[in-house]
Amino acid sequence: MTHPLLEVRAVTKRFPGVVALRQVHLALNQGEVLALIGENGAGKSTLMKILAGIQQPDEGELRWEGQRVEIRSVQDAMRLGVALIHQELNLADNLDIGANIFLGREPRRFRLIDRRAIRDASRKVLQRVGLDYSPDLNLARLSIGQQQLVEIAKALSMNARVLIMDEPTSSLSTRETERLFEVVKDLRRQGVSVIYISHRLGEVKELADRVLVFRDGANSGELSREEITHDRMVRLMVGRNVSRLYQRTPHVPGEVVLRVTEMSTPAFPAKTNSFALRAGEIVGMAGLVGAGRTELLRVLFGIDPSTRGTIEVSGRPCRIRHPRNAIAAGLALVPEDRKQQGIILEWAVDRNGSLPGLDRIRRGGVFLNAPEESRIAEQMIGELGIRTPSRKQIVQFLSGGNQQKVVLGKWLALKPKVLLLDEPTRGIDVGAKEEIYKLMDRLAREGLAVLFVSSEMEEILGISDRVLVMHEGGITGELSRDELSEESIMQLATGLAPVAVGSTL
Amino acid sequence: MKKVLGILGLFLIVFGFTAANSENFTSASNMQNLLNWTGLYGVLGIGAAFVIITGGIDLSIGSVIGLVGCLLPMFLIDKGYSTPVSLALVMLISAAIGLWHGLLITKLKLQPFVVTLCGLLIYRGVARYITSDKTKSLGQSHADLRQLARGKIDIPGLTDATGLQVPVPFLILIGLTIVAAIFLNRTIWGRYLFALGRNEQAARYSGIKTDRMVILAYVICSTLAGFGGVLFMLDLNSVQPSSHGNFYELYAIAAAVLGGCSLRGGEGSILGVVIGTAVLRLLNNASNMLSIPNQLEFTIIGAVILAGAIVDEVAKRIVHRMRQSKSG
Repeated sequence: MTHPLLEVRAVTKRFPGVVALRQVHLALNQGEVLALIGENGAGKSTLMKILAGIQQPDEGELRWEGQRVEIRSVQDAMRLGVALIHQELNLADNLDIGANIFLGREPRRFRLIDRRAIRDASRKVLQRVGLDYSPDLNLARLSIGQQQLVEIAKALSMNARVLIMDEPTSSLSTRETERLFEVVKDLRRQGVSVIYISHRLGEVKELADRVLVFRDGANSGELSREEITHDRMVRLMVGRNVSRLYQRTPHVPGEVVLRVTEMSTPAFPAKTNSFALRAGEIVGMAGLVGAGRTELLRVLFGIDPSTRGTIEVSGRPCRIRHPRNAIAAGLALVPEDRKQQGIILEWAVDRNGSLPGLDRIRRGGVFLNAPEESRIAEQMIGELGIRTPSRKQIVQFLSGGNQQKVVLGKWLALKPKVLLLDEPTRGIDVGAKEEIYKLMDRLAREGLAVLFVSSEMEEILGISDRVLVMHEGGITGELSRDELSEESIMQLATGLAPVAVGSTL
Repeated sequence: MKKVLGILGLFLIVFGFTAANSENFTSASNMQNLLNWTGLYGVLGIGAAFVIITGGIDLSIGSVIGLVGCLLPMFLIDKGYSTPVSLALVMLISAAIGLWHGLLITKLKLQPFVVTLCGLLIYRGVARYITSDKTKSLGQSHADLRQLARGKIDIPGLTDATGLQVPVPFLILIGLTIVAAIFLNRTIWGRYLFALGRNEQAARYSGIKTDRMVILAYVICSTLAGFGGVLFMLDLNSVQPSSHGNFYELYAIAAAVLGGCSLRGGEGSILGVVIGTAVLRLLNNASNMLSIPNQLEFTIIGAVILAGAIVDEVAKRIVHRMRQSKSG
């Protein structure tokens, strides 16, 4: 009997405070495209890092052609023939194509780099990925999609037999995606195996010979070529009824609390945006990546300067030039990059929780108020159900979902009127997502105006009372709850159907 | 806190070793000397700690000391200004230098290393130019003022028993230590400094005016450098414009690092810095007392700091590994 080319047996990987992988299995045959899917935090990337030698499993074993192997470093992985094509490309765009392909293992002649050997060998692998460029061309001249092909060529030049592609199409155009698919199919014909990680189920359906589904760090199912359907994949990924995840209670929108007029952002100075938020409603902000949603929130919160436009909070005009002004006006922002912008990872829960409000609870003008700080932390841990051994726990050691609750908690302690959230559930597990949605629902019911940016369509459809859609820096339309559908949002997000905005308020 | 205990342990070891091997080391006059120098250098170390906690650095401390050392006698003797006016002027100039550094670093986003390195060169050059490189001194005048650096105070009981008097600079350092420690650990500004040193973005997103706090740190550092400059001037009463204060920034930074400040920012304790300064002075003094060749002083200081850094890093890794295996 023949063994699979690469096999993962009962691998477990733990990180402080979270089990990333629990007894997972994977078998990859020669010349096969295996799709690996699962929600954020399902453990896909961790497993791939283990296969590529970046991380070591705590338990379980890896087998290569039936033999037990240890992959202790990237070099070990390369020697076996496993290459990881990263989400973010690992290329030096100040060097030419050939130099990138042979970076760190340049062929030499008389102790000097043998440029001719590089050129010849590069041509061969570039041909295999169908990239018809001279190896002398500077990498910076290539598009992202072409650079990705260079990275694949680099892997092939190392005789890679297993290519791991982590969200390879996330920054490619449609044409580039098609080109990549052809290359992947070509490689399969040449006997190369591919592990293909993607959120885009359409791609998976087109490419995969087999689909492996992960959920919460464990195998949740496997589908053979004939069994692959959109529905079956979603069911295995989410593992629960989607409608249960997005529970909504009726909201009664009240007064307008935030009114933004003719606001532009530094990224799109020519576009202006006007919209209003009412107390007690959840407004989703949809759009493609790079549509300018984060930029708009940043201007609103005073992180970037606004070039024009006005902001009114509860009817009073505000000048917001620093987050401090925004906070004073009653705004709060849960930022996109939790670890860099939301919290101080090395600090404990209580210190993170009290940071934005220290000046409100100070004593004697400048002194810290330790009892009040403790009270805020305990209240936040209790109300948001933050799972932490104590308020003194360093937030680095909490799970992503609990870290996000700390970010929310530090703002809620200030009793804001408007809560802005940028991708609030990115990188957190399903259970924590449900809690965040419930919390947003509760806050709206209690009269907070909630505006959230999300790139997950189901989330936008699931919890918004109303949706604003952005395209290339401008709001192209507004959809009420009954007008909401994937199609209507995509139409506005791709700039197909401009609709007048703000007329309803 | 662990770091403070570590540095205190180091202090006690070196102290004990030297005391056991040198008769004169524990004499009242030598202890007095040690306290005096610790006081003078400690002022600089505390200033450096503020800047280092923000993740920055100040390389101009020694040149500010040199400049102040030249300006003070010029104001007092050459210009004939009164003592309060002269002191106010030099302190104001020092604070202005810090303000200038802070503005360049926060508003123009220049790197602290570059800004303060240029400061090091510029202020030294200015000091040499305005004095035409001639030695500055107060001569026999201003004896009262010089008590600020030269004075010694009897401590009831202690002085009678051991003959040890406490130098005024050391008392000044004690006062400064208390004020600085309260500022850093008990006020919201201190908390802001630690926050922005750890993660400037997260601090700003939390509504902290990070630029202002960084500027404040540089002002504190230069002001304390200027104050230290006054004390050094009064103590020595003979200032060579080209060399007075040379390398003192390195003593200050070394003391801060030895005392537990991380050059990455966000970490440090004032008590640690003061003990760190004491260790550096102790090493200097011990090498004299144990008749280790004077030329080796820097080598010893360097080796001790490096050893401290290595022990600290190794300990951190062991703790990290234990924590990982515990959670697993």
